[in-house]
Amino acid sequence: MNLVELAFVLLGALALGAGALAVTTARVVHAALWLAASLAAVAGCFLLLAAELLVWIQVLIYVGAVVVLVLFALMLTRAPTGPAPGAPRARLIVAGVVAAATAAVLLGTLLGTLGGERIDLESTRVGTASEMGGALFSGWVLPFEALSVLLLAALIGAIALTRRLPAPSAPSRPRSEAQPADAAGSTAGPEEGSGR
Amino acid sequence: MSLAFPLAVSALLFSIGVFGVLARRNAVLLLVSVELMLNAANINLVAFDAWWADALHAGQVLTLFVITIAAAEIGIGLAIVLLVFRARGSSDLDDLGILDERADVPEPIEADIEAPAASEPHEARA
Repeated sequence: MNLVELAFVLLGALALGAGALAVTTARVVHAALWLAASLAAVAGCFLLLAAELLVWIQVLIYVGAVVVLVLFALMLTRAPTGPAPGAPRARLIVAGVVAAATAAVLLGTLLGTLGGERIDLESTRVGTASEMGGALFSGWVLPFEALSVLLLAALIGAIALTRRLPAPSAPSRPRSEAQPADAAGSTAGPEEGSGR
Repeated sequence: MSLAFPLAVSALLFSIGVFGVLARRNAVLLLVSVELMLNAANINLVAFDAWWADALHAGQVLTLFVITIAAAEIGIGLAIVLLVFRARGSSDLDDLGILDERADVPEPIEADIEAPAASEPHEARA
Protein backbone atom coordinates (compact mmCIF):
# COMPACT_ATOMS: atom_id res chain seq x y z
CA MET A 1 0.00 0.00 0.00
CA ASN A 2 1.64 3.21 -1.11
CA LEU A 3 1.03 6.72 0.16
CA VAL A 4 -1.82 7.53 -2.26
CA GLU A 5 -3.68 4.40 -1.28
CA LEU A 6 -3.20 5.16 2.40
CA ALA A 7 -4.59 8.68 1.90
CA PHE A 8 -7.51 7.29 -0.08
CA VAL A 9 -8.32 4.74 2.62
CA LEU A 10 -8.24 7.45 5.29
CA LEU A 11 -10.48 9.78 3.27
CA GLY A 12 -12.81 6.91 2.43
CA ALA A 13 -13.07 5.94 6.08
CA LEU A 14 -13.84 9.59 6.91
CA ALA A 15 -16.55 9.68 4.23
CA LEU A 16 -18.07 6.41 5.43
CA GLY A 17 -17.96 7.37 9.11
CA ALA A 18 -19.48 10.80 8.53
CA GLY A 19 -22.08 9.26 6.22
CA ALA A 20 -23.01 6.64 8.81
CA LEU A 21 -23.41 9.38 11.43
CA ALA A 22 -25.48 11.46 8.98
CA VAL A 23 -28.04 8.67 8.60
CA THR A 24 -28.10 7.57 12.24
CA THR A 25 -27.77 10.67 14.43
CA ALA A 26 -30.92 11.68 16.28
CA ARG A 27 -30.40 15.42 15.85
CA VAL A 28 -31.46 16.56 12.40
CA VAL A 29 -29.14 19.59 12.15
CA HIS A 30 -26.18 17.39 13.08
CA ALA A 31 -27.19 15.07 10.23
CA ALA A 32 -26.90 17.92 7.72
CA LEU A 33 -23.48 18.89 9.09
CA TRP A 34 -22.23 15.29 8.99
CA LEU A 35 -23.42 15.20 5.38
CA ALA A 36 -21.15 18.20 4.70
CA ALA A 37 -18.21 16.36 6.27
CA SER A 38 -18.92 13.22 4.24
CA LEU A 39 -19.21 15.13 0.96
CA ALA A 40 -15.97 17.01 1.67
CA ALA A 41 -14.20 13.69 2.21
CA VAL A 42 -15.64 12.46 -1.10
CA ALA A 43 -14.15 15.61 -2.69
CA GLY A 44 -10.78 14.53 -1.29
CA CYS A 45 -11.27 11.11 -2.88
CA PHE A 46 -11.92 12.84 -6.21
CA LEU A 47 -8.65 14.73 -5.83
CA LEU A 48 -6.72 11.50 -5.33
CA LEU A 49 -8.40 10.08 -8.46
CA ALA A 50 -7.06 12.99 -10.59
CA ALA A 51 -10.39 14.78 -11.02
CA GLU A 52 -9.32 18.31 -10.21
CA LEU A 53 -12.28 20.29 -11.55
CA LEU A 54 -14.78 17.95 -9.90
CA VAL A 55 -13.22 18.66 -6.50
CA TRP A 56 -14.06 22.34 -6.76
CA ILE A 57 -17.51 21.64 -8.16
CA GLN A 58 -18.16 19.16 -5.36
CA VAL A 59 -17.08 21.70 -2.73
CA LEU A 60 -19.03 24.54 -4.34
CA ILE A 61 -22.27 22.76 -5.15
CA TYR A 62 -22.50 20.00 -2.55
CA VAL A 63 -20.69 21.30 0.52
CA GLY A 64 -21.78 24.85 -0.25
CA ALA A 65 -25.18 24.91 -1.89
CA VAL A 66 -26.85 21.58 -1.16
CA VAL A 67 -25.99 21.47 2.54
CA VAL A 68 -27.15 25.08 3.01
CA LEU A 69 -30.35 24.21 1.15
CA VAL A 70 -30.90 21.22 3.45
CA LEU A 71 -30.29 23.40 6.53
CA PHE A 72 -32.78 25.97 5.20
CA ALA A 73 -35.36 23.24 4.61
CA LEU A 74 -34.83 21.86 8.12
CA MET A 75 -35.38 25.31 9.62
CA LEU A 76 -38.38 26.10 7.41
CA THR A 77 -40.07 22.83 8.33
CA ARG A 78 -39.41 23.67 11.99
CA ALA A 79 -37.60 20.41 12.58
CA PRO A 80 -36.78 19.81 16.25
CA THR A 81 -33.22 20.81 17.15
CA GLY A 82 -33.22 18.35 20.03
CA PRO A 83 -33.12 14.58 19.57
CA ALA A 84 -35.98 13.53 17.30
CA PRO A 85 -37.79 10.23 17.86
CA GLY A 86 -36.22 7.57 15.70
CA ALA A 87 -37.83 4.89 13.62
CA PRO A 88 -39.28 1.82 15.33
CA ARG A 89 -36.80 -0.95 16.06
CA ALA A 90 -38.37 -3.40 13.61
CA ARG A 91 -37.88 -0.97 10.75
CA LEU A 92 -34.28 -0.32 11.78
CA ILE A 93 -33.60 -4.06 11.65
CA VAL A 94 -35.21 -4.37 8.21
CA ALA A 95 -33.25 -1.35 6.94
CA GLY A 96 -30.01 -2.77 8.32
CA VAL A 97 -30.61 -6.15 6.71
CA VAL A 98 -31.43 -4.58 3.34
CA ALA A 99 -28.38 -2.28 3.54
CA ALA A 100 -26.11 -5.21 4.45
CA ALA A 101 -27.50 -7.25 1.55
CA THR A 102 -26.92 -4.31 -0.82
CA ALA A 103 -23.36 -3.94 0.44
CA ALA A 104 -22.75 -7.69 0.02
CA VAL A 105 -24.08 -7.73 -3.55
CA LEU A 106 -22.17 -4.60 -4.60
CA LEU A 107 -18.90 -5.61 -2.94
CA GLY A 108 -19.17 -9.13 -4.31
CA THR A 109 -19.81 -8.10 -7.90
CA LEU A 110 -17.42 -5.10 -8.04
CA LEU A 111 -14.51 -6.61 -6.16
CA GLY A 112 -15.06 -10.04 -7.69
CA THR A 113 -14.84 -8.74 -11.25
CA LEU A 114 -12.65 -5.63 -11.05
CA GLY A 115 -10.94 -5.87 -7.67
CA GLY A 116 -7.60 -6.90 -9.15
CA GLU A 117 -7.34 -4.00 -11.60
CA ARG A 118 -4.97 -1.12 -10.98
CA ILE A 119 -5.33 2.59 -11.81
CA ASP A 120 -2.20 3.96 -13.45
CA LEU A 121 -2.20 7.42 -11.92
CA GLU A 122 1.09 8.39 -13.55
CA SER A 123 -0.20 8.11 -17.11
CA THR A 124 -3.78 9.29 -16.53
CA ARG A 125 -4.63 12.79 -17.64
CA VAL A 126 -5.63 15.05 -14.78
CA GLY A 127 -9.16 16.45 -15.22
CA THR A 128 -8.22 20.10 -15.09
CA ALA A 129 -10.65 22.83 -16.12
CA SER A 130 -9.22 23.09 -19.65
CA GLU A 131 -9.16 19.32 -20.10
CA MET A 132 -12.74 18.97 -18.88
CA GLY A 133 -13.89 21.95 -20.93
CA GLY A 134 -12.41 20.43 -24.06
CA ALA A 135 -14.13 17.12 -23.40
CA LEU A 136 -17.41 18.76 -22.41
CA PHE A 137 -17.72 21.00 -25.45
CA SER A 138 -16.39 18.55 -28.03
CA GLY A 139 -18.25 15.36 -27.24
CA TRP A 140 -20.91 16.22 -24.68
CA VAL A 141 -22.51 19.42 -25.98
CA LEU A 142 -26.04 18.07 -26.44
CA PRO A 143 -26.38 16.58 -22.92
CA PHE A 144 -24.88 19.80 -21.55
CA GLU A 145 -27.54 21.91 -23.28
CA ALA A 146 -30.30 19.51 -22.23
CA LEU A 147 -29.10 19.84 -18.63
CA SER A 148 -29.28 23.61 -18.82
CA VAL A 149 -32.94 23.27 -19.84
CA LEU A 150 -33.45 20.82 -16.96
CA LEU A 151 -31.97 23.29 -14.48
CA LEU A 152 -34.22 26.05 -15.79
CA ALA A 153 -37.25 23.78 -15.47
CA ALA A 154 -36.23 22.84 -11.92
CA LEU A 155 -35.79 26.51 -11.04
CA ILE A 156 -39.22 27.48 -12.36
CA GLY A 157 -40.78 24.38 -10.79
CA ALA A 158 -39.35 25.10 -7.35
CA ILE A 159 -40.57 28.71 -7.51
CA ALA A 160 -44.02 27.66 -8.71
CA LEU A 161 -44.32 25.01 -5.99
CA THR A 162 -43.35 27.18 -3.05
CA ARG A 163 -45.11 30.37 -4.18
CA ARG A 164 -47.44 31.56 -1.43
CA LEU A 165 -50.95 31.84 -2.83
CA PRO A 166 -53.39 34.20 -1.07
CA ALA A 167 -55.41 32.61 1.70
CA PRO A 168 -58.83 31.30 0.59
CA SER A 169 -60.75 33.84 2.67
CA ALA A 170 -58.67 36.79 1.50
CA PRO A 171 -60.24 37.37 -1.98
CA SER A 172 -63.84 37.15 -0.75
CA ARG A 173 -63.51 39.74 2.01
CA PRO A 174 -62.50 42.72 -0.15
CA ARG A 175 -65.16 41.69 -2.64
CA SER A 176 -67.98 41.89 -0.08
CA GLU A 177 -66.64 45.21 1.16
CA ALA A 178 -66.34 46.55 -2.35
CA GLN A 179 -69.87 45.64 -3.37
CA PRO A 180 -71.69 48.32 -1.34
CA ALA A 181 -69.30 50.83 -2.82
CA ASP A 182 -70.08 49.45 -6.26
CA ALA A 183 -73.80 49.58 -5.60
CA ALA A 184 -73.51 53.17 -4.43
CA GLY A 185 -71.71 54.03 -7.62
CA SER A 186 -73.45 54.64 -10.91
CA THR A 187 -72.40 51.31 -12.46
CA ALA A 188 -74.36 49.06 -10.11
CA GLY A 189 -75.70 45.91 -11.67
CA PRO A 190 -79.49 45.49 -11.81
CA GLU A 191 -79.56 42.55 -9.38
CA GLU A 192 -77.43 44.44 -6.88
CA GLY A 193 -79.62 47.50 -7.15
CA SER A 194 -82.76 45.43 -6.51
CA GLY A 195 -81.04 43.86 -3.54
CA ARG A 196 -80.66 47.24 -1.93
CA MET B 1 -3.56 2.70 -6.99
CA SER B 2 -5.67 -0.40 -6.78
CA LEU B 3 -9.18 -0.05 -8.15
CA ALA B 4 -10.51 -2.04 -5.20
CA PHE B 5 -10.36 0.88 -2.74
CA PRO B 6 -12.71 3.28 -4.62
CA LEU B 7 -15.07 0.42 -5.41
CA ALA B 8 -15.25 -0.65 -1.76
CA VAL B 9 -15.80 2.92 -0.53
CA SER B 10 -18.56 3.53 -3.07
CA ALA B 11 -20.33 0.23 -2.34
CA LEU B 12 -20.31 0.89 1.42
CA LEU B 13 -21.39 4.53 0.99
CA PHE B 14 -24.26 3.40 -1.23
CA SER B 15 -25.47 0.88 1.35
CA ILE B 16 -25.26 3.58 4.05
CA GLY B 17 -27.55 5.67 1.83
CA VAL B 18 -29.92 2.71 1.40
CA PHE B 19 -30.07 2.33 5.19
CA GLY B 20 -30.84 6.05 5.58
CA VAL B 21 -33.62 6.00 2.99
CA LEU B 22 -35.27 3.06 4.72
CA ALA B 23 -34.75 4.13 8.34
CA ARG B 24 -35.23 7.91 8.37
CA ARG B 25 -38.57 9.44 9.34
CA ASN B 26 -37.88 13.06 8.39
CA ALA B 27 -38.44 13.78 4.69
CA VAL B 28 -35.47 16.19 4.49
CA LEU B 29 -33.12 13.59 5.94
CA LEU B 30 -34.38 11.06 3.41
CA LEU B 31 -33.16 13.42 0.69
CA VAL B 32 -29.82 13.64 2.54
CA SER B 33 -29.53 9.85 2.26
CA VAL B 34 -30.30 10.02 -1.46
CA GLU B 35 -27.42 12.48 -1.84
CA LEU B 36 -25.09 9.95 -0.19
CA MET B 37 -26.18 7.31 -2.71
CA LEU B 38 -25.56 9.67 -5.62
CA ASN B 39 -22.09 10.43 -4.27
CA ALA B 40 -21.32 6.73 -4.10
CA ALA B 41 -22.17 6.49 -7.80
CA ASN B 42 -19.95 9.53 -8.45
CA ILE B 43 -16.94 7.88 -6.78
CA ASN B 44 -17.44 4.88 -9.06
CA LEU B 45 -17.67 7.06 -12.16
CA VAL B 46 -14.49 8.98 -11.31
CA ALA B 47 -12.61 5.79 -10.46
CA PHE B 48 -13.58 4.14 -13.73
CA ASP B 49 -12.63 7.32 -15.59
CA ALA B 50 -9.14 7.19 -14.09
CA TRP B 51 -8.91 3.45 -14.80
CA TRP B 52 -10.20 3.60 -18.38
CA ALA B 53 -8.41 6.90 -19.24
CA ASP B 54 -10.40 7.74 -22.36
CA ALA B 55 -9.81 11.02 -24.17
CA LEU B 56 -13.39 12.26 -23.73
CA HIS B 57 -13.34 11.85 -19.92
CA ALA B 58 -16.72 10.12 -19.99
CA GLY B 59 -16.67 9.29 -16.28
CA GLN B 60 -15.83 12.78 -15.05
CA VAL B 61 -18.26 14.47 -17.45
CA LEU B 62 -21.04 12.13 -16.35
CA THR B 63 -20.14 12.91 -12.71
CA LEU B 64 -20.59 16.59 -13.57
CA PHE B 65 -24.02 15.78 -15.02
CA VAL B 66 -24.99 13.71 -11.98
CA ILE B 67 -24.03 16.60 -9.67
CA THR B 68 -26.19 18.95 -11.76
CA ILE B 69 -29.15 16.57 -11.73
CA ALA B 70 -28.72 16.04 -7.98
CA ALA B 71 -28.83 19.81 -7.42
CA ALA B 72 -32.05 20.06 -9.45
CA GLU B 73 -33.47 17.02 -7.66
CA ILE B 74 -32.83 18.34 -4.17
CA GLY B 75 -34.21 21.76 -5.11
CA ILE B 76 -37.49 20.30 -6.33
CA GLY B 77 -37.55 17.72 -3.53
CA LEU B 78 -37.15 20.29 -0.78
CA ALA B 79 -39.80 22.49 -2.44
CA ILE B 80 -42.23 19.55 -2.34
CA VAL B 81 -41.32 18.79 1.30
CA LEU B 82 -41.93 22.45 2.16
CA LEU B 83 -45.30 22.39 0.40
CA VAL B 84 -46.31 19.20 2.23
CA PHE B 85 -45.23 20.76 5.53
CA ARG B 86 -47.33 23.84 4.81
CA ALA B 87 -50.38 21.75 3.98
CA ARG B 88 -50.09 19.15 6.75
CA GLY B 89 -47.98 20.84 9.42
CA SER B 90 -45.50 17.95 9.50
CA SER B 91 -42.66 16.57 7.42
CA ASP B 92 -42.71 13.20 9.19
CA LEU B 93 -42.99 10.49 6.56
CA ASP B 94 -45.02 8.25 8.87
CA ASP B 95 -47.80 10.86 8.90
CA LEU B 96 -47.94 11.08 5.12
CA GLY B 97 -49.74 7.85 4.34
CA ILE B 98 -52.65 9.56 2.56
CA LEU B 99 -52.29 11.24 -0.79
CA ASP B 100 -55.53 13.24 -0.94
CA GLU B 101 -56.09 16.57 0.74
CA ARG B 102 -57.96 16.60 4.03
CA ALA B 103 -61.26 18.46 4.05
CA ASP B 104 -60.19 20.80 6.87
CA VAL B 105 -56.95 21.78 5.17
CA PRO B 106 -57.32 25.07 3.27
CA GLU B 107 -56.38 24.21 -0.27
CA PRO B 108 -54.81 27.09 -2.19
CA ILE B 109 -56.28 26.05 -5.55
CA GLU B 110 -59.81 26.29 -4.21
CA ALA B 111 -59.35 30.01 -3.69
CA ASP B 112 -59.57 30.63 -7.42
CA ILE B 113 -62.57 28.35 -7.82
CA GLU B 114 -64.48 29.79 -4.88
CA ALA B 115 -63.88 33.40 -5.81
CA PRO B 116 -66.58 33.57 -8.54
CA ALA B 117 -68.82 31.22 -6.58
CA ALA B 118 -68.69 33.49 -3.55
CA SER B 119 -71.04 35.96 -5.22
CA GLU B 120 -73.80 33.35 -5.58
CA PRO B 121 -74.85 33.17 -1.92
CA HIS B 122 -74.74 36.95 -1.98
CA GLU B 123 -77.29 36.98 -4.78
CA ALA B 124 -79.32 34.26 -3.10
CA ARG B 125 -79.59 36.40 0.01
CA ALA B 126 -80.63 39.33 -2.15
